[in-house]
Amino acid sequence: MSRSQQRILTQLGLWFLIVIISVYALFPFYYAIITSFKFGSEIFTVNYFPQNFSLGNYVSVLGGGNFPRNLLNSVIVSTATVAISLFLAITASYALARVRFRGRSLLLFTILSVSMFPQIAVLAGLFEMIRSMGLYNSLLSLILSYMIFTLPFTVWVLTTFMRDLPIELEEAAIVDGAKPHQIIFKVFMPLMWPALVTTGLLAFIAAWNEFLFALTFVSNDEQRTVPVAIALLSGASEFEVPWGAIMAASVIVTVPLVILVLIFQRRIVAGLTAGAVKG
Amino acid sequence: MPRTMPVALATLSSVIALSAADAADLSIVSGAVGNDIVELRKHLDIFQTETGHTVQIVTMPASTTDQFGQYRLWLSAQNPDIDVYRTDVIWAPQLATHFVDLTEATKDVVGEHFPAIIESQTVDGQLVALPMFTDAPALYYRTDLLEKHGEEPPKTWVEMQEIAAKIMEAERSSGGGDIYGFVFQGSAYEGLTCDALEWVKSNGGGQIVSPDGEITINNPQAAEAINLAAGWIGTIAPEGVLGYKEEESRGVWQTGSAVFMRNWPYAYSLSNNDDSAVKGKFDIVPLPVGPSGETSAATLGGWNLAVSQYSDEQEASIELVKFLASPEIQKDRAIQSSRLPTIEALYEDPEIAEKQPVIPKWLEIFRNAVPRPSAPTKSKYNEVSSEFWTAVHNTLSGNGTAEENLEELENKLRRIRRQAW
Amino acid sequence: MAAQSNLSREKIRAAWIFLAPMILVLLAVAGWPLLRTIWLGFTDAKLSVSADTWNWVGFENYLFWLDYGEGDGEWIGLLVDPAWWSSVGNTVLFTIISVSIETVLGVIVALVLNAQFAGRGFVRAAILVPWAIPTIVSAKMWAWMMHDQFGILNDIFLRLSLISAPVAWTASPDTAMAAVIIVDVWKTTPFMALLILAGLQMLPGDIYEAAKIDGINPVKVFFKVTLPLIRPAIMVAIIFRALDSLRIFDLIYVLTPNNDQTKTMSVFARENLFDFDNFAYGSAASTALFIIIAIITIVYIKVGRLDLGGDKT
Repeated sequence: MSRSQQRILTQLGLWFLIVIISVYALFPFYYAIITSFKFGSEIFTVNYFPQNFSLGNYVSVLGGGNFPRNLLNSVIVSTATVAISLFLAITASYALARVRFRGRSLLLFTILSVSMFPQIAVLAGLFEMIRSMGLYNSLLSLILSYMIFTLPFTVWVLTTFMRDLPIELEEAAIVDGAKPHQIIFKVFMPLMWPALVTTGLLAFIAAWNEFLFALTFVSNDEQRTVPVAIALLSGASEFEVPWGAIMAASVIVTVPLVILVLIFQRRIVAGLTAGAVKG
Repeated sequence: MPRTMPVALATLSSVIALSAADAADLSIVSGAVGNDIVELRKHLDIFQTETGHTVQIVTMPASTTDQFGQYRLWLSAQNPDIDVYRTDVIWAPQLATHFVDLTEATKDVVGEHFPAIIESQTVDGQLVALPMFTDAPALYYRTDLLEKHGEEPPKTWVEMQEIAAKIMEAERSSGGGDIYGFVFQGSAYEGLTCDALEWVKSNGGGQIVSPDGEITINNPQAAEAINLAAGWIGTIAPEGVLGYKEEESRGVWQTGSAVFMRNWPYAYSLSNNDDSAVKGKFDIVPLPVGPSGETSAATLGGWNLAVSQYSDEQEASIELVKFLASPEIQKDRAIQSSRLPTIEALYEDPEIAEKQPVIPKWLEIFRNAVPRPSAPTKSKYNEVSSEFWTAVHNTLSGNGTAEENLEELENKLRRIRRQAW
Repeated sequence: MAAQSNLSREKIRAAWIFLAPMILVLLAVAGWPLLRTIWLGFTDAKLSVSADTWNWVGFENYLFWLDYGEGDGEWIGLLVDPAWWSSVGNTVLFTIISVSIETVLGVIVALVLNAQFAGRGFVRAAILVPWAIPTIVSAKMWAWMMHDQFGILNDIFLRLSLISAPVAWTASPDTAMAAVIIVDVWKTTPFMALLILAGLQMLPGDIYEAAKIDGINPVKVFFKVTLPLIRPAIMVAIIFRALDSLRIFDLIYVLTPNNDQTKTMSVFARENLFDFDNFAYGSAASTALFIIIAIITIVYIKVGRLDLGGDKT
C-alpha cells in the first residue's frame, strides 16, 4: 500500500473514530436537552428530534429565585477548592518527587489511603467537626471538606508528572543559585501545564458536582450549591420526577463547564519545549 | 426606697420576659415538593400574624431517603436549630426518642383524626407526631373498557386478575395496541412493602409485625397472597413492573396502556389532565380482597408534624404543630392542593366536596387503612421493611416460592429483633 | 562533600516544610473522621439514642454469637453476613470490568485527541460532557433512556431487531449490573482519557519525528515507544479510577437502589449507617471496606511495580 493511500486510510479511520466518540459522549446529553423542551405527558413519547420548543422549563428554573445564587455559590466553592488544592499539591509534589527522604513511600501510600474511605463513612465525623468549628451552613465547610478527595488525587498526579521532568533542568537551576521555591514556580510549573490544567479541571468538576457533603453541611437555601438545588427541583407531587426542569437545570449547569474546557484546552499544549532540554 | 427598686425591676423584667417569650423564632423543615413550600409559607404567615411568632422554612430535596438521613444526623447531633419536623408516616416512630410526647398537649384534638393514623404515630403510649395530611392508595380502573366488555369493578384480587386477562387479550387481538392488565409498584423499595402489605392484609395474613411486636408474617394466608401476585408478572403485568415505582406505573396507565392500576390519590387529577389519554375514562374503587380474606386494605401514607426535644421553644412549636394540623388549615390545604385531610369530619364538608370531589370518594378507602409496622418495630422499621420487600421481590421475580422466602424472612426478623424491638 | 550533604539536608528540610500544610489539612479533614469511624465499629453506637449510652463492644459487630436461649442461637456479624460478602463480590466484579473497559477506551480516545485535526478543541470539550454532568442527573438521564416502556434504548434495539421485547434494563437481575457498567463507562472514560492525554502531551516530540523518518509502523511505535513512556500516567489513572470504583455509591443509589445484584460495599454501609438503626455496624462495614481496598491497592502496587519510592532518574 502506498504512502498516500496509507495516509488517507489513517485519516478516514481517525474521522470515523472522532464521529463515534462525539456521538457516544453527546447523545445522552442531546436527548436530555430535547427532553427539557418537552412539556407534560409529551415526555412519555419517544422521538429523536425535537418536535416542539418550550422554554417553560428554563423560565421556571431560572426565575425561581435561588438558582442563580446557587450557581454563584458553586463557582466560589469550586474555584477556591481548586486553587487551594493545586497550591498545596504543587509544593507537596515537589518534595515527594524530587527529594529523597525517609518515609517518602509511606507518606505517598498514606495520602493514597485517604482515597480508600467511602465518603459516607466520614460524613458523621466531618459533620461533628464542622459544627464544632462553627462552620456549619457556610461555604467554607464545603471548601474544607472537599480537600478530602481533591488533595490525594492532585498530589499523586502532580508527583508522577514532576518525577518525569529531566534532572538536568533542576541541576542547571541549582547551579544558577535558585532556591527550591524558585525551582518549583519558575522552572517546573511552566512545564507542567498539561498536568496542572487537567488536574485542576477534574478537581473543579468533582467539587462542582459533589452532592452528599453539600446536602449535609449546608441547610440554608441561599448558601446551597447547584447539585442540591437540582435535587430540590420537584414535580407537583413527591412521586413525580420533573424531567423538563431537571434537564433544563442540567443544561444550564453543564454549559459553564464546557466553556471552561474550551478555554483551558488550549493550555494543554504539546510536549516539552525542545530547546530547554537539548540546549 | 431600696425596697421598691427590686420589685419594680422584677416587674419590669418579667414583663419583658413575657413579651420575649411570646415572640418565638421557630424553624420548620420540610421536603420541597410541588407547591408544598409555597402553601406552607402561606399558612405560616397566617400563624405569624395570629401569634406573633416567626417561622422560617428549611427546605430539603424531594428524595425521602435523603431527607430521612439528614433528619437522623441532625437529631443525633441534638441540633437545636430545627424545631418542627415534617415527617413521613413511617419516620416519627423510628426517631421517636428524639421527639416530644404530644399526648397531653393534643388531648383536645386527637379524637378528630382517623384512629389508624394516630395509632401509627404512637410509640409505647406516646404520641410522637400529629397528622398533617394523609394518603392511601386505591384501585384505578378504566370505565370505558370495563363497560365495553360488560364487567363490573372487581371486589377480589382473583376477580381483578380474570377481568384484566380477559380485557387484555380481547383488546390486543382486536388491535387495541400494547395494553396490559394491571400495573403496580413492584420495584424493590418501600413502595413494594406498601403494595405487598395490602395483598397480605386483605387476605387475612396480618401486618408483618403485629402491633404488640410479634413477628406474624410467616403464615399460609400471607404466602398465598404473595404467590398470587407473583402469578401476575409477565401475564397481566409487564415484566418491567419489577422496576416500577409510582411514576412508571402512572406513565403506563396514563398513556392508556393499562386496564387497572394501583396508585395513590395524586394520580387522579394528573390522569384527568388535558394531555392524558385516559381523561374522563376512569374511576376508583377500594383495593380488592384476597381469597382467604374479608376486608380490603390500603396502606397508610401521609405526612405528620413532630416537635424536636432539642428545640428551645417547645411550647411555641407545639402551638405551630396544632395550628398546621387544625381543621381550618387542613381544609384549606385540601381545597388548594387536594391533600387528603386526616380529620374525618372534613370528608363530609360541602365546600371540599364541591371544589375537590375526589376527596369524599376516598373516605371509604380510609375506613380500611392499615399502617405499616413502624410503631411496633420502632427504630428498626427500615431494616424490617427492607427485608420484607426483598423477600417479596424475590418471590415476584421467581426466586423462590413465597413459603420459602417468608420463612427466611421470619428468621431474619428474629435476628433483627434480638430480645426486643 | 560537605557542600553536598549541606545541600541535601537543606533540601530535605525544605521538603518537609513544603509538605507540612498539605499534611495538616489532610489530618484535619480526613484523619479525625476516619479514626472516629474505625473506633465506632467497635462500639454499639446507634443514632437513635444519645451518644452517652454508646459502649465499647469489641469485635461484636464483626462476629458474635446470638443466643436465643434454650440452646438456640446463631453466629451473626459482618464476617458471616451473606449480604456483606455479596456486596463485596458485586463491587470487585464491577471494578474489574468497568476499569478495564475504561482504560482501553480511554487510551483510544486520548490517542485520537492527541492527533492534529480541525475542531480538536470541540471534541475535547465534547468528551468532557459525560464527566461534567452531575451524577444524579446523568443517572436519571440513563434511567430514562433505559426505561422499559418509554426508553429510547429499547426503541433503538427493537427497531434494529436486536431484541424482540422491551427489556427492563435496570430492574431485571440479569441486566442490572450491565446497565450500571454501561453508565459508569460512559461517565468516567473522559477522566481516564484526559489523564492519559496529559501524559501523551508531556512526551517529547522528537521521538516521533525520529520514528517517522525511519518509517516505522505506527502501531509498532505505539506499543514499543509510546505505551512504555505513558505507563506511569496510565497506572496512576487506573489506581484512582479503581479506588473510585471500589467506593462507588452515587450511581447505584440513583440508578438501581435496593437491587441485590448491584449493591456495592458503600451502598451497604450507607444503608446500615443511616437508613437502618445500625450506626456501629455501618462503621464496621466502612472499616472493612477500607481494609479490603487497602489490600487490593497494595497487591496492585506490588504487581504493577508501581514506583512509590520514585527511584528512577
